[in-house]
Amino acid sequence: MTDLMPFDEAMDRFDPVLGLEVHVELGTATKMFCGCPTAFGAAPNTQTCPTCLGLPGSLPVVNRVAVESAIRIGLALNSEIAEWCRFARKNYFYPDMPKDYQISQYDEPIAVGGWLDVDVPTDEGVRTFRVQIERAHMEEDTGKTSHQGGETGRIQGADYSLVDYNRAGIPLIEIVTKPIEGMGALAPAVAKAYVAELRSLVQALGVSDAHMHQGSLRCDVNLSLRPSPDAPLGTRSETKNVNSLRSVERAVRYEVQRQAALLAAGGRVVQETRHWHEDTGLTTPGRSKEQAEDYRYFPEPDLVPVAPSRQWVEELRGTLPELPSVRRQRLQAEWGISDFELQNLVNAGALGVVEATVADGASPAAARNWWLGELSRLANERGVEVAELPIFPADVARIIALVDGGRLTDKLARQVVAGVLAGEGSPDEVVAARGLRVVSDDSALLEAIDAVVAADPDVVEKIRGGKVQAAGVLVGAVMKATRGQADAAKVRTLLLERLGVDLSG
Amino acid sequence: MTDLVTATAADTAAAVASGVVSAVEVAQAHLDRITAVDPAVHAFLHVDTEGALQAARAVDARRAAGEPLGPLAGVPLALKDVLTMEGVPTTCGSRILAGWRPAYDATVTLRLKQAGVVILGKTNMDEFAMGSSTEHSAYGPTHNPWDLDRIPGGSGGGSAAAVAAFEAPLAIGTDTGGSIRQPAAVTGTVGVKPTYGGVSRYGLVALASSLDQAGPCARTVLDAALLHEVIAGHDPYDSTSIDAPVPPVVEAARSRDVRGLRIGVVHELTGEGYQPGVQQRFDEAVQLLTELGAEVVEVSCPHFPYALAAYYLILPSEASSNLAKFDGMRYGLRAGDDGSRSVEEVMSVTRAAGFGDEAIRRIILGTYALSAGYYDAYYGSAQKVRTLITRDFAAAFEQVDVLVSPTAPTTAFRLGEKLDDPLAMYLNDIATIPANLAGVPGMSLPVGLAPEDGLPVGLQVMAPVLADDRLYRVGGALEAALLDRWGRPLLEEAPQL
Amino acid sequence: MPSISRAEVEHLARLARLELDVPHLDRLAVQLDVILESVAKVSEVAAADVPLTSHPLPLTNVFRDDVVRPSLLPEQALSAAPAVEDGRFRVPRILDEEA
Ligand SMILES: [Mg+2]
Ligand SMILES: [Zn+2]
Repeated sequence: MTDLMPFDEAMDRFDPVLGLEVHVELGTATKMFCGCPTAFGAAPNTQTCPTCLGLPGSLPVVNRVAVESAIRIGLALNSEIAEWCRFARKNYFYPDMPKDYQISQYDEPIAVGGWLDVDVPTDEGVRTFRVQIERAHMEEDTGKTSHQGGETGRIQGADYSLVDYNRAGIPLIEIVTKPIEGMGALAPAVAKAYVAELRSLVQALGVSDAHMHQGSLRCDVNLSLRPSPDAPLGTRSETKNVNSLRSVERAVRYEVQRQAALLAAGGRVVQETRHWHEDTGLTTPGRSKEQAEDYRYFPEPDLVPVAPSRQWVEELRGTLPELPSVRRQRLQAEWGISDFELQNLVNAGALGVVEATVADGASPAAARNWWLGELSRLANERGVEVAELPIFPADVARIIALVDGGRLTDKLARQVVAGVLAGEGSPDEVVAARGLRVVSDDSALLEAIDAVVAADPDVVEKIRGGKVQAAGVLVGAVMKATRGQADAAKVRTLLLERLGVDLSG
Repeated sequence: MTDLVTATAADTAAAVASGVVSAVEVAQAHLDRITAVDPAVHAFLHVDTEGALQAARAVDARRAAGEPLGPLAGVPLALKDVLTMEGVPTTCGSRILAGWRPAYDATVTLRLKQAGVVILGKTNMDEFAMGSSTEHSAYGPTHNPWDLDRIPGGSGGGSAAAVAAFEAPLAIGTDTGGSIRQPAAVTGTVGVKPTYGGVSRYGLVALASSLDQAGPCARTVLDAALLHEVIAGHDPYDSTSIDAPVPPVVEAARSRDVRGLRIGVVHELTGEGYQPGVQQRFDEAVQLLTELGAEVVEVSCPHFPYALAAYYLILPSEASSNLAKFDGMRYGLRAGDDGSRSVEEVMSVTRAAGFGDEAIRRIILGTYALSAGYYDAYYGSAQKVRTLITRDFAAAFEQVDVLVSPTAPTTAFRLGEKLDDPLAMYLNDIATIPANLAGVPGMSLPVGLAPEDGLPVGLQVMAPVLADDRLYRVGGALEAALLDRWGRPLLEEAPQL
Repeated sequence: MPSISRAEVEHLARLARLELDVPHLDRLAVQLDVILESVAKVSEVAAADVPLTSHPLPLTNVFRDDVVRPSLLPEQALSAAPAVEDGRFRVPRILDEEA
C-alpha cells in the first residue's frame, strides 16, 4: 500500500508544479486523414478503410475542417498560428496503431504559445489564474483495445486483447500547457478549473462535444514537487487518461500526497507514466520513462506542409463565438449575481441550461434555484451532469411559469419534473395525466373547511378567542382532506374569513 | 513466337480496335507465351489467367457494342507486385505478405482497368523494392532473358524481363532510386520514371514515400508514352500528386525531332567507374544526337557524387517507418503466436521471420539514422544534400533542356555476383538516384550492346519537373535513328528462349 | 562516427521489433559499420546554411472536404486478419510496460 502524506502537510513542505496535456477529439464528420465517419458507438470495425486501417499502399489526405478547428482553437487560446508547419511521424509499435506510427506534429505545431484564464474559487473569493499554453497540435487517435481474460478489462494479467479501429484516425488536438506554478494548495482546483474552462471553450467553438465520459476530451496530468518555489523543478510523474473533472482534481491531490510521502521518506520520484483508476482513486505505475523512448520523429513524407495564409486565419478569427469568460461576465451582470453564485453555476455545469431557461421566459433566480437545487440533486442521484438530464430548459421554464401562476405548488412541481424525467411527456401532459393541479375551486375548499370546523369546535373557539396561530391545525386538516392539492395560504385565508376573524389581527 | 506477342502495344491496340484480332486472342497468346517461357525467366509471381481473359472479353464486348475504346484497350500488361489489385495476391516479393489479397485497387490499377488494359498478373521484384537485381525476392530471382545466368536488374526485374521476354508488351514498374530505369537498361527495354507526383502513389506499397514513383515499362518509346498517359494525372487520394495537366508525352514521342534541343552530358556520371562498352555505346548515342541536330554540351553537377550516400540515409529512414506496419496484427504473416508470447514478442518474431536480409539491413540502418543522437548528422545532412542536388539540377537546366548519362555503370552482372556485397550492389543506382532525390523525370532506352559481353546498354535522359515530354522527344528521335542504323529492334538480337 | 557495437544493434533491433539471433546481430554490426562509413560523407557538404529538403516538390495545403466516404465492410476490413474475435482483431496479450 502506497503511503500518502496528508495534503495540508504536503502543501506546507512542498511546492507543486503542474503540466496538463489535454487531447480533444474533434467533432468532424470524417476522420483526420480519410473519409470514414466518426460517429461514437458504431459496431466494431465498421468505420474503417484502407487508410485508417493502415493497409499497405494506402495514403492519408488531411481533413480541411480539422485544420480549421485547430486554428480556431489556437486563436481562442491567444496562440500564434504557424505560417508553415508539417506533420511528423511518431514511430512506436502498438497494436492499436494501424501503421505503427502516429501522424502527429513535432517541432512545428500549428499553434504556439498563448494562455487561458481560469477562475478558481478560494476562501477569499474567486481567484483568476492565467495558465500559459505551450502549444496545440494536430494528430490522429488510436483504435480501442479491450483486454480479455484475467481481471476483466484490466491490461494486467489479460490473456489477449481485441482491437476495434473505428476510433483510429479520428482527429485530435493536443493542447499542452507550460509548467503551471505558484498555485500552492490550489493546485487540484486549478487543474480542474483549467480542464473545465478548456472544455467549455471547445464546446463554445463547436469543434467538439468534449464529453469526458465518452473520451472525447482526455487529460494527462504531469505533476512534480519541489521543496520551495525557487528550487529547480522536481522529477514529474505523468498520469494518463484522467477522464472526469472530479478525477482531475483527485489525481492531482493523490500524486501530491504520494510524491510528498516518497520525498519526505528520502525516496526519489521516478519519471514514469502512471495509470489513473477512477474506481479506487489511485494511480499505479506503468511504463517507466527512465530510458526515454526514441520516437524517431521525422517529417511525414505522405503529407505536404500546411501553410495557412494570414487571410484564411483572419477569416477564421471572424468565426469565433463569444468566448466563455466573456459570456460569464455578461450573464453575471445581466442576472446580478455574485462571483460565488456564478462559480456555483459554472461548477455545476448549469450555466448553459440556466441561460436557456431564462431565454424561455423564466426569472434568472427561479431558473438558478431549479437547476442548482432539485435538478442537481436528481442529477447526482443518477450520476450524470445536470445538463445531461432528459429535461429541456423549455420544460423547466414552463414548470416555473405554472408555479408563478399559482397552478402548481413547489411540491407538485417536483412531481411534474419527476414525470418529465420519467418520459411521461411535457410538463402540461404530466400535469394532466397525473391530475396534478392546485385545487382553486373555492366551493370545494369551503366544503372541506366547513367539515373541519364542524369536527373541531374547541380549536375554532381558541381561534375566535384570538389564538390565530391555532388555525394551523385546521389548515393542516384541510390540506389532508384535499390530499395536499390545495394552496395552504389560500386555505388559511378562507378559513379565517369563515370564522369571521379579522385578517389584520 | 507469334506476331501477336512481338507486336507493339500501339499496333495491338489498333488491331483490336479495328477488329483484326480480338482482345481474347491477344490475351491468350500472351498467357501461352508465359506458360512457355516463364518457368525459365520467372518474371511473374502470380498469373491472373481468369481475370485477364475476363477483362479481354469485356473489351471485345464493348467493341461489339460499338462503344468507344481507350488507346490501349485490349493490350496486355504485367503489374509489378508492389501495386494493389483488388482480390489479387500482392506480396511485394516478401514472405511477410504471403497470401495477402488487397481489398482495394491502387489508382494506377484502377486507371488501367478503366482504359481496358488487360492485366496478366503480378511481377517479381526485390523484397519491398529494395535491390538492383531482383535477387532479394523471397520467391526466387528473375532471370535476364538475354542471359538466364544474369540479373534482370531491380527492383523491377520482373516487369522488365516480362517485357523483354515478350510475355507482355507493357508493364508497370516503380522507381525509388532506379528500379524502372536500371532494369530497362540491362534488359534492352524502355523504362520511364515520371516526375514525382505525376503518377498517383495510392495503392503503391511505400518503400520511401518521398522517392517512390510508378511508371511505364515497354519495348518502344511510343508504347511507354501511351501507357504513361493512361496512368498519369492528378489523384485526390494522394496528397503529393500534382494537380496539373499531364505533359504531352505521346505527341512528343511521335515528334522525333531534337533539332535545336540543348542536351547536357553530366560530367559526374561518366568515365571512371563505367564499363568501357557502356561508355562507348553511350558516347556513340550522344554523337548520334548531335548528328540529329541537337546541341550537346558537358555540364557539371558537383553534388551528384554525394547522391548515393544521401539516398542510403533517406531511403532506409523512410523505409524503417513505412515497413513498421508489417507486424502480424492485421494482415499477412503472424509467427510465434503460441499463446505464451506477448504482443511485442510476436511482432518481433513475425518481422524477423517475414523480412529478408536486405529489408532487415535497411530497417536497422534507417532506425539508426533517425534515432535521437544521430538524426542531424545522418538524416539531417542527407536532406541538405538533397537540397544541393536539386540546386544542381536547377542550374543545369538553365543551360540545357535535358541531361543525359549512362543509365547504369555496367551491363547485367551474374546472379549472386554482388549478393554479399551491399555497397557494390548499391553502386548500380549511382546514375539514377539523383533524379529521385530531386523529383525530376528520367527515361532509360537501349542504345546497343556492349562489345565485350554483348549485353544491352541503356542511356538515361533527365528533364525538369513536369517536362516529361522532353524525355519522349529525345527518346523517340534517338530510337528511330538507332533503328535505322541497326535495321531491326535490338531485342531481336536476344537469344530465343 | 561508427563503429557500432552488437549491443547497439540489439537496441536498434528492439526498437524495430526484430528478434535476431546473435550471429545475425554481429553480421549487421559489421555491415552497418561499412555502410555508415561510406554514407557519412554527406556531412562533408552539409553546411549549416543549407536548408533541408523533406519533400521533392514545394506543394502546400492539400486538403480534403469533410465529407463521408463509404467505409469497407467489416468482413473486408477483417478479411486478412491472422486472428479475429467478434468483429475485432485478436492480438496477443499486451504487457503493461508497453501501454
Ligand atoms: Mg499526443
Ligand atoms: Zn478510414
